[in-house]
Amino acid sequence: MSDINFKEVLLKPIFKGNPVTVLVLGICSSLAVTVQLKGACVMALSVIIVTGLSSFVVSILRNSIPNRIRIIVQLVVVALMVILVDQILKAYSYAISKSLSVYVGLIITNCIVMGRIEAYALGNKPIPSLLDGLANGAGYGLILVVVAFFRELLGSGTLFGYRIIPQSFYDAGYMDNGLVILPPMALILLGLIVWIQRSIQKDLQEK
Amino acid sequence: MEYISLFVKSIFIDNMIFAYFLGMCSYLAVSKSVKTATGLGIAVIFVLLVTLPINYLLNEHVLKPGALAWAGLPDVDLSFLSFIIFIAVVAAITQIVEMVVEKFAPTLYSQLGIFLPLIAVNCAILGGSLFMQERDFINVGEATVYALGSGIGWFLAIVTLAAIREKMEYSNVPAALKGLGITFITVGLMAISFMTFMGIQL
Repeated sequence: MSDINFKEVLLKPIFKGNPVTVLVLGICSSLAVTVQLKGACVMALSVIIVTGLSSFVVSILRNSIPNRIRIIVQLVVVALMVILVDQILKAYSYAISKSLSVYVGLIITNCIVMGRIEAYALGNKPIPSLLDGLANGAGYGLILVVVAFFRELLGSGTLFGYRIIPQSFYDAGYMDNGLVILPPMALILLGLIVWIQRSIQKDLQEK
Repeated sequence: MEYISLFVKSIFIDNMIFAYFLGMCSYLAVSKSVKTATGLGIAVIFVLLVTLPINYLLNEHVLKPGALAWAGLPDVDLSFLSFIIFIAVVAAITQIVEMVVEKFAPTLYSQLGIFLPLIAVNCAILGGSLFMQERDFINVGEATVYALGSGIGWFLAIVTLAAIREKMEYSNVPAALKGLGITFITVGLMAISFMTFMGIQL
């Protein structure tokens, strides 16, 4: 327990054990907010904060939580963090909070948060748990931002709302792909990301 | 008539999985065999059907700005508490469902494994409540119909995906795409086919 490898705790969830593409956690909310890069970044940041802090708090409480009611205790901790994030978003960037609609609230039920608490924070000290939470949030955020990047670029020709594909392309007959904006393409894009990752890391392939 | 329209709309057009990606985690993990998928689907319909009306009443009479007027507190706005209240209701109901299933259907219980307690964190359930809050249904009836419709939509989606995955056992998928990758793409294609329902007015 004493010589926990911090580098491993931090880096593993981002690539090798990515919560979205390898552990299949937290896909629920990840795709709906990826139409715009800006929304995806805000969402990623919120998830990083929530996973980090709730892992930290649960890890502090871990010895005093009775096993039978631990799920409900964890949910209360997570819900508290999400309420904080939601209130801050509402106060400082109301437009984004509106566009994320229910998905901020759905961070509560994001499997990553609960999954990391169950799998890591309940058995480890607060500081490694905090790092583990932050890193898993970041791994999730990375996927979110990559998917959003392609969806916004191909779907509306913009990034962060700024035009990237020049007007002359449109004059020459280029058209935005409307299908990319719609929900199905997010799934297919994610499928492609998984494909690429598993072609590189052969040991992840399923039989 | 409005009820039928809302019902059909929530099954096909506003499908929890294909339009909002709600409940994806268990959707992908438990869709390997039709039998387990059916069990989980029914559990989700049931939990949705119980939690949504309860949450609707709570939202209407306790949480909304001014909802506490009946208690003589017209200025109180408790809407910031809605996440925590909703999730508490969901968790409690799930616990009850879990106990009932364990008692009366032990085989189903062992098949569902970890995913039964995880219904508490199934986005479809909480998502239903949050959408209900956002859409301002006029009475409990609408909220219940919406719950039933969304639950059936989720059920249909998971059972069809499980059936497709059972068939896919026999196909020759590229090694790196096997399992998760091809499932994502399948779901994407299913979502495209469900989009043909868009714009249907009853």
